[in-house]
Order: sequence, then structure tokens, then C-alpha cells
Amino acid sequence: MSDDELTPASTLREVSDSDSSSSEPRDEPGLPAVPGEVPAVPAGQPHAPVPVVAHADVIDDAIDNPVFITEKLSVSYGTAPAVLDVSLRVPEKQITAFIGPSGCGKSTIIRCFNRMNDLIPGAHVEGTVRYHGVDLYGSDIDSVQVRKRIGMVFQKPNPFPKSIYDNIAFGPKVLGMKGSMDQIVEEALRRASLWDDVKDRLKDNAFGMSGGQQQRLCIARALATNPDVLLMDEPCSALDPISTGRIEDLMHELKETVSIVIVTHNMQQAARVSDRTAFFIVDMGSSEEARIGRLVEYGPTDRIFTNPHDIRTEEYVSGKFG
Amino acid sequence: MTSAEASARPSSEVLGVPPAARTLRDRSFILLLGVLTSIALIVLAVLLIDTAIDGIPQLSISFLTSFPSAFPAKAGIESAITGTLWLMAVVAFVIVPLGVASALYLEEFADGTRWWNRTIEVNIQNLAAVPSIVYGILGLAYIVRGPLSLGRTVLAGGLTLALVVLPVVIITGREALRAVPPSIKEGALALGATRWQAIWRQILPASIPGIATGVILSISRAIGETAPLILVGAATFVAFNPTGLDSPFTALPLQIFSWISQPNDEFRMLAAAAIIVLLVILVILNAVAIRLRNRYQQRW
Repeated sequence: MSDDELTPASTLREVSDSDSSSSEPRDEPGLPAVPGEVPAVPAGQPHAPVPVVAHADVIDDAIDNPVFITEKLSVSYGTAPAVLDVSLRVPEKQITAFIGPSGCGKSTIIRCFNRMNDLIPGAHVEGTVRYHGVDLYGSDIDSVQVRKRIGMVFQKPNPFPKSIYDNIAFGPKVLGMKGSMDQIVEEALRRASLWDDVKDRLKDNAFGMSGGQQQRLCIARALATNPDVLLMDEPCSALDPISTGRIEDLMHELKETVSIVIVTHNMQQAARVSDRTAFFIVDMGSSEEARIGRLVEYGPTDRIFTNPHDIRTEEYVSGKFG
Repeated sequence: MTSAEASARPSSEVLGVPPAARTLRDRSFILLLGVLTSIALIVLAVLLIDTAIDGIPQLSISFLTSFPSAFPAKAGIESAITGTLWLMAVVAFVIVPLGVASALYLEEFADGTRWWNRTIEVNIQNLAAVPSIVYGILGLAYIVRGPLSLGRTVLAGGLTLALVVLPVVIITGREALRAVPPSIKEGALALGATRWQAIWRQILPASIPGIATGVILSISRAIGETAPLILVGAATFVAFNPTGLDSPFTALPLQIFSWISQPNDEFRMLAAAAIIVLLVILVILNAVAIRLRNRYQQRW
């Protein structure tokens, strides 16, 4: 990132940009991303054992097409902080993976991107999440509008107890999408490469499908509303290796059209599918309960796995813990 | 040693002999359970057989299609059956919307940390255990007389019975809603559905079998209620079918109660026959409830 982008002038421009875009209804898909609208994270965050590298090396997010920008994003449940001070930029039309041990807050962060944390009583979000420059936690933002643009696939396949057809049609119906519903359903199933498997039994109950098919149905369901971003919260953790492989292939096809953020336990999966990887860690506080998640390192997946700059990332990706 | 040789050895040699004390304890426990179960079953069987011996000879088409009479040979239960059907229609019409709405509010919208919502919850649990005669007093004071002043009519009786079973409908309705996993709601909301769309189009349809089961079981409880109907002043000798909500009425349990209290043995036989009719209606309703539950129950 060049020096002139860090001047106060560019900061002012960024504020006015986001104000104007958040005050109007966002009906245009894909608002133009303003390159470099937020300065890089200042160095010197209190990450416990500070590595001997410059901060920009550890949080390498100098990208010019961000879809999400988080700044000092912290989430707490009740009074206990769950994850602290996450600042990163998620690129458009790429796959970004969040990895790290259990309890490191990677799922919590991904749930800020479509405001699913709103559903958890006591969850409190600080800092900002910008989606194409719009503060998702701004006072004038309707969480339902956010979720129309940003789809999500969950850890356990959660088809509705209805027919395959009705599962796909639900989203377009509640959003009042125009056009032939049959066409919308076929298109969504094709994009999730499920059409050939199910075209003869669209009226069958979705619970009769295998786990892998159910998860692809959930992906198709999310795609049916033409989202701009697809959030995937450990989408393969309940699936066998063959189904997992099919979903990974699918992700590669999908990134032509949508930005994908995936949370995964599986490091090999992150290495296989993602363009960029963020590594989170659990900071054991003074007591066992005070487990706080933090972002340790973020950058191109190749570099995170072959040349990690932080010793903790290196230990994790080489399998020494986690 | 090869595996073939191993399998040839007797099991007691491989695994040892079970201690005699443990075997004895297991067997005596099973025996105790068997005895206790049969006590309950024997009491029930004696009741049923006794009723059947008295009642079955009285059962006939003319018994079902005659009105009460001072002469046992001419007496029947047509007005009691139609009265009961009218009452149940009123009960169902009242408890379904009220019960489902209350259950939805408490389960999906009420903030359980607020004191008034907790108060409502505790009170509904308590109301389910209040003796039905208390509801009868309430019905007499507020529905038959008092503010509503409906008189001794089908509507007053139905509303009173609806009050008796409403807490149970709300409790079973909440359980049915809670049985729908949160992932269904999350899935709907993540697609951009509003909270109301998620509830109305996904959670409520998925819980309908459970809600329907609760409603049917509540109705079958209401059918057998006698005390509140006595208090709200249902007549016991009604020689005509109810003509509308504002009509006087009788009901099966009331007819039974009235015949049982007659000194004449022949009327007690008629009561036994009416009990059989009531039991048959109850068994049919419960069978429908069980069938609904098994047929549509969702395994998550």
C-alpha cells in the first residue's frame, strides 16, 4: 500500500463514501469497491509473544478488491470476550479460509459478516465490519437486508423438512424474486452440481438425501437468491471424504461468481481450496474460562503454509498443536 | 492356539460363571416390576369388564338415537352425544388459535429474562394443575353470569372447557415448537427471511403434528370433564339436540353422572352403556393423535 493512501484526505473520502452508500437502499448488486479505502492495520497490536517481523508481514492484507474490511472487530458473549481486535480485508471473488484450533473465534467472526450473531442473546459486537464500504453494524442497517446479499452454509446440513424443490424455492419466495420458479430452482441446483442427481425427484423430501447431497442442497439453496458472498462455516465437517471433495470442487467453480469465506478445522482443506488464509489462536487468559480468540496471521495461502512469519502459525500448520 | 480351538471351549471357562447373588437380584427386580404392572392392569380390566357386563346389553341403535326419558327402556343419549360434539367444536375453535398464538409468543418472541414473561410461564404451568371445578366456578361467575352473561348455553360450556385445557395446549404447543431444531430457523434467516417468515413458513409447519397431537389429547380430556359443566349449569334432562351456540345442552359425562345418581338399577345399566360410548370416542381420538404423531413425526 502506498504512502499517499494513508493521508488524512483519503480517510475523509472513505468516511463520506460509506455514509452516502449506507444511507441509500442497496438494490444494486455489487457496489463498487473503493481500492485502499482503509489504511492498513497499525502495528503494535498486543498479540502475546510479538513476533520479530513487521506487522504488515503478519497481517498481509494489501489487496485492492476487498469485499469485507474488519477493523478492531471484537465479539463478546455476556461479559466474556470471545474474540478480540480482528482487523483484516477479505478479497472479492476469491476463497478466504479461517483456520485455527477450537474456540479461537473463527466461526464467531464469520457470523459477524451476515449478522447471525444477532440471534445469540448477549452477543455484543465492537469495532466495524464494512461490506463494500458499508458498515454492517451501522444503526440504519437492517440485518434481513444484509442476509439477502450474504448467504451462509452451516456446519451440519440443515435442509428444511420439505421437498427438494421447496427447499430451493423458499429463499426466492421470501425475497419476492421475479421470474419462473422452476427456472430459478434448476439454475441453483445446476450451480451446486446437484441437478443431475435430483432432477427426477424434486418433489421428494430433502431428508431422504445423503449427507453430502443435503449439504450441496444447502449450498444450492443459498445460491438461489443470487448472493454476492457465500459464508461457509465448517461445511464439510460432517461429511465423508468423497462428499468433501465434491464440495471443494464446487467451491472452485463458484468463486468465479461469488466471494467465499470458509471456516475450517481441516488445514489440508484450507491449503487445497483457499486463496488466502487467516490463522486464529486461542489465548488462554488468567483462568480457563477466559479463552480469547485472536487473529495471528493472514496472507496468501501459499505463504501461510510454506513460509509462515509467526512461530505459532508455523507450529499449527506443521501439526505441532491444534 | 487357533481360533477354531478357542471357540470350542465352553463359555463358562472363557468368561467365568456369573455370581449367584447378581442373578437372583436381577430376577427378583424383574418379578417386582411385573407384579406392580399387573396390579394396575387388573384394576383397569375389572372396571372395564364390570362396565361391559352392565352396559353392552343396553347398547342399541335406539339407545344412541333416543332422548332422555323417565322410562329406562325408552331413554337414550342422542342429545348428550350432540351436546358433547357441539362443546368440542367450541373448544377446538377456541384453543387452536389461542393456544398456538400463546405458545408462539412464549417460545419465539418472549424474552425469558423479563420478570413478566417468567411470571406468565410459571402461571401457565400452575394453571395446568388447577382442579377443573375451579374453572367451573370461574365460568359460572364470569361467563354464565357476570361480564359475559351468556347464560347456561353451549357457548358458555365450551368456553369454560376451553379454559380448562388451554394451559395444556400451550405447554404441548411450546414443546412442539421447541422440537424444531434451531438450525431450521438459522437456515431460513440466513436466506434473508424475516423472523416472521421463518416462523410462519418453516417452524410452524414443522411443528404442526406435535401441536395437533396436543390439541386432540386436550379435546379428549375436555370430553370427560364433568365438574365444570355441572357448575356452569348444563341440564341433565334435555329432550332435544342443541340448535346453536345459545342453546341449552347436556353432555355425555353429565348424562352418566345423572343416571348413576338414580336409585333405579336400570338407569345404572344405561350409565354403563353411555360410559362405553364415551370410552369408544376417547379411544378413537387418542388413536388419531397417536397415528398423527407417528405418521408425521420428524426425525431430526
